[in-house]
Amino acid sequence: MDQQTATFEFLCRMGDNTLVLGHRVSEWCGKAPVLEEDIALANVALDLIGQTQMWLGLAAEVEGAGRTADDLAMLRDVWDFRSALLVEQPNGDFGQTLMRQYLFDQWHVAVLTALMESADPRVADIAAKSVKEARYHVERSADLVIRLGDGTEESHGRMQAALDKLWPFFGELFDDDPVDAAMAEAGIAPLPSGLRADVDQEVAAVMAQATLVIPADRFAHRGGKTGIRHSEHLGHMLTQMQWLQRAYPGATW
Amino acid sequence: MRPELAQIWDWLDAVPDPEIPVISVVDLGIVRDVAWHGDMLEIAVTPTYSGCPATSVIAMDIETALRNRGVSDIRIKTQIAPAWTTDWLSEKGRAKLVEYGIAPPRAAGGPESCPRCGSKSVSKVSQFGSTPCKAHWRCGDCLEPFDYFKCI
Repeated sequence: MDQQTATFEFLCRMGDNTLVLGHRVSEWCGKAPVLEEDIALANVALDLIGQTQMWLGLAAEVEGAGRTADDLAMLRDVWDFRSALLVEQPNGDFGQTLMRQYLFDQWHVAVLTALMESADPRVADIAAKSVKEARYHVERSADLVIRLGDGTEESHGRMQAALDKLWPFFGELFDDDPVDAAMAEAGIAPLPSGLRADVDQEVAAVMAQATLVIPADRFAHRGGKTGIRHSEHLGHMLTQMQWLQRAYPGATW
Repeated sequence: MRPELAQIWDWLDAVPDPEIPVISVVDLGIVRDVAWHGDMLEIAVTPTYSGCPATSVIAMDIETALRNRGVSDIRIKTQIAPAWTTDWLSEKGRAKLVEYGIAPPRAAGGPESCPRCGSKSVSKVSQFGSTPCKAHWRCGDCLEPFDYFKCI
């Protein structure tokens, strides 16, 4: 794989993760459990979509085929998305949404912190901008995981169920493949596997405070970041997200 | 016509932030550079939050303000590095925020006092608020809710 292709793939992974999660989180807008959380969810979604514009904008620039960030977001189909399986999982209840957010945020802060040292200054700049937002997100998501985990019997049960359900999707974020190897070789991005030990330590500390038990099984579902096998949920999500551009190609405000 | 850069900065300091109109885009610290390239005026603007919907409105407001002053060849460049920080808020801007009822950012991570009554008894309601740059707090004495400008 040449470096241009690998860099494009890598940037799509970063941008597709924030795009798909941003869209998922925005699905709560107007119907979160309380007004403050509705606002918080919408703000997190907004940050993630903003980051998407930077990552996919750079991806389009690197690709050099005349596509824009909007083209990549709105006109690719499921098999061209490079988002991890974790972020496309449905929202479930508020606890499940929060657990998905926390697991993502903890990984996100780690990868963005490492990317600030990227040999590609464009990548380092986007990471430096995004990491400030990601750090703010993890403060909230960790806090709520702890409060709900160590809360009532009902909230504890729901948070444990969320962790059990989402845990098998966490491992994919730390998988290495030839794209990652090429990025590491070029000094553009760290090997995902190298981030795991530190992230695991953070997650363990938060789950301990939340009185939640991390499943012992490290089995991980795979196929999102490579695009080989997305779960059925992504296609359904895209029918909503991309509907307007598909029905009215080229429509603008 | 090529007005002096100091004059341009003055004009920009009269362009209000669309979401917090009491402070200017210069107070907010998002105008990073102004320079003439021949007869073209280039203005570097940095976004506050990457998804802030006000960003494109701000670019349009800057352009309109300068066109009204007779500057027609304008280029607005989005510059993401170095990343915006609330340290760039001007002293004037911070004072205006308080006057407007918004507690200014503090490195300690929360407001020093209620912008309405000055009480130090304040507590966080939500880490997020009505715009990407604000959080939601409340005063324990006057009991009023207020916005706190997030520190990043």
